[in-house]
Parts: sequence; C-alpha cells; structure tokens
Amino acid sequence: MSDASQPDADDEFPIDVFDDDPDFDLRPGSDSCYKCSTCDTNCPVAEVDDDFPGPKFQGPEQWRLKQRDDEHTVDASVMDCSNCMRCDEACPADVPLSQMHNAARGEYVDGMSKLSVTYWRNRLLANYRTSAFLASKAPRLANAAMNFGPARWLLEKTMGITSEREFPAFATETFREWWTRRGGADGSRRRAQERRAARGDPRDADKKVAYFHGCYANYNTTAVGKAMVRVFEQFGYEVVVPEQKCSGTPMFANGMLEDARRHAEVNVSSMADLVDQGYDAIASCTSCSMALRQEYPELFDIEGVDEVAAHTFEAVEYLRVHEDLRGALADAEIDGALAEEFAYHAPCHARNQGLERQAVELFRELDGVGVTDVGDSCSGISGTYGWKAEKYDTSMAIGDEMFDHMEAAEGQTGMTECPTCAMQMEHGTGYEVRHPLELLDAALVA
Amino acid sequence: MPASPLTEAISVAIESDVLVIGGGLAGLTSALAAAREGADVRLVAAKQSTLRNASGLVDVLGYTADGEGPLVDPYDAIPNLPADHPYRTVGVDTVRKAMALFDEVTPRYRGGHTDANALLPTHGGTVKPTARYPAGVSDGIASDGRDALLVGIESMTDFDAPHVAAHLTAAGVPFDVRGVTIQFPGDLRADAAITRYAKLLDTNGTVTADGRECPVRAALADRVAAEHDGEPRIGFPAILGDDDPAEIRAALAERLDAAVFEVPMGPPSLPGLRLEDSLFAALDEAGVSIATGNPVVGYDGDGRVEQVYVEKNGARIPNSADQYVLATGGLVGKGIDSDRERVYEPVFDCHVAHADDRYDWFDREPFGNHDFARFGVHTDGDLRPVDGDDSVEFDNVRAAGSVLGGYDFAAEKSGSGVSIATGYAAGRSAARRAR
Repeated sequence: MSDASQPDADDEFPIDVFDDDPDFDLRPGSDSCYKCSTCDTNCPVAEVDDDFPGPKFQGPEQWRLKQRDDEHTVDASVMDCSNCMRCDEACPADVPLSQMHNAARGEYVDGMSKLSVTYWRNRLLANYRTSAFLASKAPRLANAAMNFGPARWLLEKTMGITSEREFPAFATETFREWWTRRGGADGSRRRAQERRAARGDPRDADKKVAYFHGCYANYNTTAVGKAMVRVFEQFGYEVVVPEQKCSGTPMFANGMLEDARRHAEVNVSSMADLVDQGYDAIASCTSCSMALRQEYPELFDIEGVDEVAAHTFEAVEYLRVHEDLRGALADAEIDGALAEEFAYHAPCHARNQGLERQAVELFRELDGVGVTDVGDSCSGISGTYGWKAEKYDTSMAIGDEMFDHMEAAEGQTGMTECPTCAMQMEHGTGYEVRHPLELLDAALVA
Repeated sequence: MPASPLTEAISVAIESDVLVIGGGLAGLTSALAAAREGADVRLVAAKQSTLRNASGLVDVLGYTADGEGPLVDPYDAIPNLPADHPYRTVGVDTVRKAMALFDEVTPRYRGGHTDANALLPTHGGTVKPTARYPAGVSDGIASDGRDALLVGIESMTDFDAPHVAAHLTAAGVPFDVRGVTIQFPGDLRADAAITRYAKLLDTNGTVTADGRECPVRAALADRVAAEHDGEPRIGFPAILGDDDPAEIRAALAERLDAAVFEVPMGPPSLPGLRLEDSLFAALDEAGVSIATGNPVVGYDGDGRVEQVYVEKNGARIPNSADQYVLATGGLVGKGIDSDRERVYEPVFDCHVAHADDRYDWFDREPFGNHDFARFGVHTDGDLRPVDGDDSVEFDNVRAAGSVLGGYDFAAEKSGSGVSIATGYAAGRSAARRAR
C-alpha cells in the first residue's frame, strides 16, 4: 500500500458526508442492498403477477431513483405490494424493505387524489375498526345487510370491494363486553391469584399482561380473545385489557400513515404506561404484534415506542418463553369438538417474527390432535388486499397453493394465528379455522 | 433496531439438549446429526436460510490448497491438506459418513455412487469439479460425449447461452455445444423473479405465445424446437420448477425428443431452494425445532456457555442448552466480522487469528493469496474453538462450516463438503456429550 492511500490517522472515520435528516434515514438500508434478489424470490406477488416489479425495486431501487431525480415520483405499483413483509426476513443484508415500502406507499397515497373512489375505498377498508365498531352496535342487522346480494353488487360496482367474499360475521357480544361482564381486571386478578395458589406460585408473583386484542378478536372471533384470557389466567397471569385502537396494519398496507399514527399514539401511550408498571403486551393476532414490535418503531417517533416494542409478544410465544408449556401439554389431552386433524397455515407476519413453526412444534406431542403444516406459501389475502375487486384474482392465485395443500392434508379444519388468513382459508376450502389459543384453552382449561 | 437490550433478561429459558446457531448447510447438517443421535435439538438462525444463494452443487474438494486440480478423487487428497484444515480435524472417515447422511436425506441428488468428482458446466461456462449434484443437472455432465444445445432466455442476463457455449468449447469439453437465446413464452416482465418462471412451469399455466393460448411447458418446448438441430441433450438455466422439476424436465424432453438438463445459476437459485426444502423436511422428520428471523446477540457463562440470548425487536429471549454448535457462516454470512481494528466472531467472541495491520489481511493481487479467505475460528480435535494459546474457549461449544478458519473454500471448491463434514461431526459430538 502506498502512503498516499493510507488514511490519515487524524481523520475521523467514518466521514459523515450527508446532512442529518430529521426523518428516519433510509440511506444506510438502501446502501446495504447488494442486489442478490433473495427478496424477490420470497415475494408472493412477484411469483404470480407479471406487472409487479418486486420488493427490491419497491424498496432500495426506487428510493435511490428518487434521490437523483426530482421528477421521479413513487411508482403506482407500490400499491400492489401486499405488505406481507416476507422480504424483511429474507434479506441477508438487513435492508429494512418493509419500512421502505411503507414509506413509499405513504408518499404515493399522499399524492393520490382525495376525490378518487379508490382512495376512499382503501380508506374504508383500512379503517375496518370504525366499520366494525358501527356494525357491533347492531350485529345481527349488520350481518344480514353486509352479505345481502344486491348491496354487495353495488359495493363492487361503486367502491371496488369484491363481491366474491362473504363479510365476516359480527359477534352479538364483543370481547370487551364479555370482559366487562366477567369482572374485568379485578376479576382477572382474583382468578389469577387463585390459580397461583393452586399452582404453588407465590401469591404476589409478578405475572401481569396487557392484552392487545385488536379489532378482529373484539368484534368477530371473540372466542380467540376469551381463550387468551382463560389460558393466561390458568398459568396465573393477571390480565388487563387497556384502551386501544386498531394496530394500524390495514392502514400501513394502504399507505394511510397518518391514520395509522393516530391509532398508534393511543396504543403506545396506553401500553407504555402498563409496561412501566411491569406489564408485557400480548397480542393474539400476529399482524397486531408485528405492528407494535416492528412497524411502530420503524415508522413513528412516539415516546415509549421502543420500550413497548421490546415488551410485546405474541400470546403463545410468551407462554412458551415464560412457562413450561411443553410439559403442560405433554400431560394434556384433547377430546370433544377440537379433537381434530388441523391443516395449519403460518401467516407471513408470524413468519417474520420467527413464529412460523411454533404451533406445529408445540402440538406435536398433544394427544387427541394432529397438526400438519401446509407449507410456506402465502395465503394471498394480506388483510384488505384480497378485498379489492382488482386484486381478488391475484389474491386467489397466491392462495391456490395453500388451498391445495390444505385439501391434501388430513382433516377438514384449518388453524392459523391471523384472522384474515383464516378468512382466506375458509373462503378457499370451506374449512372452519381455529386459533392455537383455542386449542390451548381446550387442552389446559376447558 | 438497536442491538442494545431494552429489557432485563427473561428468567425462564427455552431449553434443549443441543442448540445449533445458524441455518446454512453446516447448521442444518449438525442439527440433523445431533437429532439422529437422539438429542433434543433446537436450531436458531438470524435470517432465512442462505441456501437459496447456493448453486445447489455440493462439492467436497475440487483443488488442493496449492491450487492443483481439478482433483479426480477428493478423499485421496484430504490427508495431504495442511494440518489446520477442517477436513484434517475431522478426518476422511467422518467426511464419508457425513456425505452418506447427506445422501440419505436428499433423494434428488446424484454422485454418491462413486468417490470421483463429476465435472459440471456452470452458468459462466466453466467446468466445476463437484461430488454431488441434483438429478436435474446430471445430463449436463461435461465428461459426457453427447453434443449439447444450451438455451438462454432473453433478458435473463445471468445465462448468456452462446457465451457459455463458447466458453465450454474453449475449456475443451469433448462434445460440440451451441447456445441459442429464445424469448420465454408469455408476457413475463424483463426482470421477472426466478420464482415466477418456476411457478408458471410448476402449474403449467396458460400463456399466450405466437398468437395462441397454450400451456407453458408445450409453448416453451415449441420455441426451443424451432432452434433444435438434433442435439441429444438440451440445457436450460435452472428455472425448471420448484415443486417437481423432474416432471417438467420429462415433459420438455418428451416434446423435444432429447434429454433435458439444468445449468446451476448464481443467487438466488432454485437448486439451492430445493436443497433447502429437502433439508428442512429432514429436520422436521427428525423432530428438530427451528426458529428463524432473529439473531443470537449474547451469552452467559465463563468457560462454559450457560445460555444465549436471541433478540427480537429489543427483547432478549434466553435459549439454554447443554451443548452448542456455532454455525453462523464466514465473512459473507457475518459469522465472522471485522472492523478497522480487528477480525472477530460476534456471538461468543471466539479468537480469530489475524495480522495486526489490516493492510496485511489481503494480497495486492486480486487473485493472490488472501489471508482473509482463511479467516475463522480454529479448534481442537473435537471442533471446539481455541484461543491464541490453543486452549479450549468453551467446554460445550463446537464450530462448524465457514465460521471455521484454515481453508479457502472458494479456491478449493470445498465449501459444501466442509460444512457437511464439520456440521455432522459437531452435531454428533454435541449430542453424545449432552446430558
């Protein structure tokens, strides 16, 4: 090496050549991409859609193009990304692909005409919580009206919401109504203390969790929320159900970052207080846990956001870490309605949290049930994506492999952690779909 | 996310007899070997397996450490490798046993019938000595005298068929080879992912080609037939399906009346993906539990590792085992890392020997004798990493695959074999020592 190319020892390294950007800096992530294209081979949309350029373009390439050229606007194809986030786990160079996609999508939607039907359709779908809240006021009427043929035809023609799918049924009693009726936090504390006494745990053991039920377990599949509470209490945990809004998952996917931020602020604020008091946040929906853990800190600078992320867990994962769940299940047995063969599908967002094999491994030794993994394909619905009339065919083409594998697996019942994957599984096969928590409830509590 | 812990450690650990860290060929083999010994095995990997970046060819040893070769019999050459080479650590018998285990779980692989290397054409037009290869490439063997037609796909720049054919001819292959480039039937985008081609062929989807609708396999065969001049074998880039490539090759072969083979490609690669699927299926069957997507960021213990921490969005989740296998990869896989001061192993901070001056880490000639190519941990005879004084660093940690030092896999063509052999040895030994 010649002296000329030796760095001067007095220089500071690395040299900072770019201005500090007050927004999150996507440059290091973009620079880390070495174009191996592994992300593209993980993209379920690129596998079936010849118009979709794939995550490598949507993320680092598009970001770089925009730095050079003021005229370059975000390409419309970013709206074809389903936000499954598989590319994140795939990337060997830690490029924050989904963060880049979320940022680009937000920018694209910002530039969309606020008068367009698509914008309002997306906003309606993204704000599912609002619709669900209204429907829950008159669930029977809503259930009838929402699946009324002519109304659905009109919804497709005017709003672009596919009439191929049946709207999910609204529970006649929401999870929160059930929770209150059951005695709320005080009742939970009492039951947890009784269980701790029975288990031989210290009476004042520090076993406290805050349940993030999300919209779906509150308004639709309340059985999942109830199972969560019963199973955690069985292990001696006091459960609280704090004030909460939508996790934001459907809003990220539709580029509605401002809507998502409003909801995230409420969620982080209520969870941060509880984390301070020693609670951990537990979600039963893997997209909700994904949002609190990864999307919030990647997209929003909210006080306490990192602490909440570090204290958020998926429900079964939490028990697996903190309790001898394997031992408990080894002594348990399932009979009755859930003594079934299950075709299990791992949601993409579970995959991204390293949870894709959890259910299969956990129930491997549980007597009375069989759980078969139906493989690593995406279900294709990706929340609101498969509800859009123009995305419906892509959504079903992606789901095809999963439907085939479900039908090839033994049994006629499905299992997954994600409510919209469950919707797609049901839609494609006609199977009833259960959550692992329901199985734990049946094995350990019921 | 920052690597710093935001939470106090969670007290109860996820437990197993053997914990394997790393999801590449070495990690998967060691988990399989340990499970076969009856151990309760858990495998954690920071990311999705990197096998999809591998060509799918499984080499043992193509060239000596001095660059002699291509070698006919890799096993013959192993005893003459330098003493600190990982193959010397485990010995020839272990290499053979490890390859036998590999053969058992990869029914789609060929080459196990002989000790001799096969010579396979690569997508760059070179010929690579390799010990095992997917059945789908076997009709492409370079020592076969049959003439060949290579078919490239327009816009798939990684495989320029006329160029590959010219290179192979220059390399002196004993057959005539010709390359043509065709337009893939259907309206695929220019930068379509390889999985797009594979999916379309797997499902034999309908495409519009030359003004008519037709199943893609037939449409592809017809495009090739127009260029085919009676060559008895036809090679394609390795895009012929993910789920059942044999069926796709058979369909094309029947319509073309010629043997059909694939030429392995660079990353991301379908033969690599298929290998990943076979090995994960074998792990499943052996009852191994697997968690990918979150890195191991630290450990407790002194002289013996008590538990390691897997980081998830700022939470540190303890995983404890009796024995550990470190299979985190080399400089590319980040199992070995460096900064301006030093070269290090990030999980256990095992000793990595290197010159003090970083300008001595490499040779000035691009293809010179680079120190960095052999960076890695050194071990005792039981694959346990040793410090600068040759003392074992942790009683219960063994290292496998390219985190090991003392060999240059790229020059030797020994990457897969070393991973399989040391993975097997480390996994088996860990299981036998586990309580």
